[in-house]
Amino acid sequence: MLSYQFDWSIILSGKYFEWLLSGLKVTLQLSLAGIILSFLLGLIVAVMRMSHFSPIRWAAWAFLEFTRNTPLLVQIFFWYFGSYKFLPTAVNDWLNAQSFEFAAALIALTIYTSAFIAEDIRSGVLSIPKEQMEAARSAGFSYLRSMQYIILPQAVRITVPPLVNQFLNLAKNSSLAMTIGVMELTYQARQVESYTFKGFEAFTAATVVYLAISIIITFLVHQYNERVLKLHKAA
Amino acid sequence: MIQFTGVHKWFKQLHVLNDINLHVTPGEVMVVCGPSGSGKSTLIRTINQLEPIDQGSLVVDDMDLSDKKTDINKLRAEIGFVFQQFNLYPHLTVINNITLAPIKIRNTPKKEAEEQAMQLLIRVGLAEKRDAYPAQLSGGQQQRVAIARGLAMRPKIMLFDEPTSALDPEMIGEVLQVMQDLAKTGMTMVVVTHEMGFAREVAHRVVFMDAGTILEEAKPKDFFCNPQHERAKQFLNQLLTPMHGAGALCD
Repeated sequence: MLSYQFDWSIILSGKYFEWLLSGLKVTLQLSLAGIILSFLLGLIVAVMRMSHFSPIRWAAWAFLEFTRNTPLLVQIFFWYFGSYKFLPTAVNDWLNAQSFEFAAALIALTIYTSAFIAEDIRSGVLSIPKEQMEAARSAGFSYLRSMQYIILPQAVRITVPPLVNQFLNLAKNSSLAMTIGVMELTYQARQVESYTFKGFEAFTAATVVYLAISIIITFLVHQYNERVLKLHKAA
Repeated sequence: MIQFTGVHKWFKQLHVLNDINLHVTPGEVMVVCGPSGSGKSTLIRTINQLEPIDQGSLVVDDMDLSDKKTDINKLRAEIGFVFQQFNLYPHLTVINNITLAPIKIRNTPKKEAEEQAMQLLIRVGLAEKRDAYPAQLSGGQQQRVAIARGLAMRPKIMLFDEPTSALDPEMIGEVLQVMQDLAKTGMTMVVVTHEMGFAREVAHRVVFMDAGTILEEAKPKDFFCNPQHERAKQFLNQLLTPMHGAGALCD
């Protein structure tokens, strides 16, 4: 017979509930900031990767290969344990005054995810008929302006499904931030387990919350997609 | 307005433009015709440098296209280009297709740009489609929006690259009508087309090309009634014989 006594009440109220809630808050902050920043950085890297100026193209290529082919955990450690050695003192002081752990995790997550996003956006751009670029250039737009107003808006729309995957990965990967002491959801679940020995309950709660975050992101993007794609289908 | 002098262009081995000499004057409507692969599309695409030339000189609106210092984006803003496949921006509504370049390139205030766009839409008969997306329009409607989009920049020159070739027959007329109205306003136009009726009615001059060379350059009446070159006679016969015989456009 199972002798383990389930006790859900312990994590659904009181101190431990507060801990989990504060962990959730940090996870959401990290994920949301990461999604926005990695999307912007991904856009920039994608455009650089397609530049007609070869040094820029190579720089983007090197960035992509480096970030995609090294473990995220190593990158998190690199920014946390390694970066302060080459950052100016003023920046270090400022980061320490905020939360250096949070900053290091955010930077690592952003850079890591942006590499995948950049490649997704690039394949989206390549799928836009070249006549769109011709039409934009004919109107007098420069290459970059054509990208900004005509090509990227179309490319991003058809890139939405793979982008959602990257956003979900980012939200889930944010749990690795606990290894450098960011007090996010997984970290707090671990705390609760340490104090209460209610590991099953604590991590079940964490699991359910991660699942909910993923479902909400998927749902929101799906809604957006339905509304927008229906009208914008290429002529 | 447009001056070709000894222009050559190659696609690898293929000599697509061979010693082109051509002068288009302001307000002139010039129709370029010829069999497929004759280089007529390439010719028109060199005028706004969608295709750069390899040799010779090409001056458009007093800007020398072989000069590296020429600001090509500035030149293109002065030239409207209408494509065979329309190439509207599918993610933007009709009105935004038209106002995008005036707002972003000319810095026209949004309200003013939209008023101008509405006047253009009225002119091409599509005012009620202002908030539609390109995918919701027929081919003929899309092409008329594309013409309005080109005109929104108040260009000095309008280029048309086979504007009716991708259209169903019953939609060709509405597009040609818009182009004819435009010609009456004194717009400088270069039109690549197989619509010989349009050439006869609207063009001031017809240019016939084959294998990258201009074989004939004449007033429409002379071209249709009395083609000089053997290849031009053959082309006109093939184009017209099935229904009317070559004399149909000559009266």
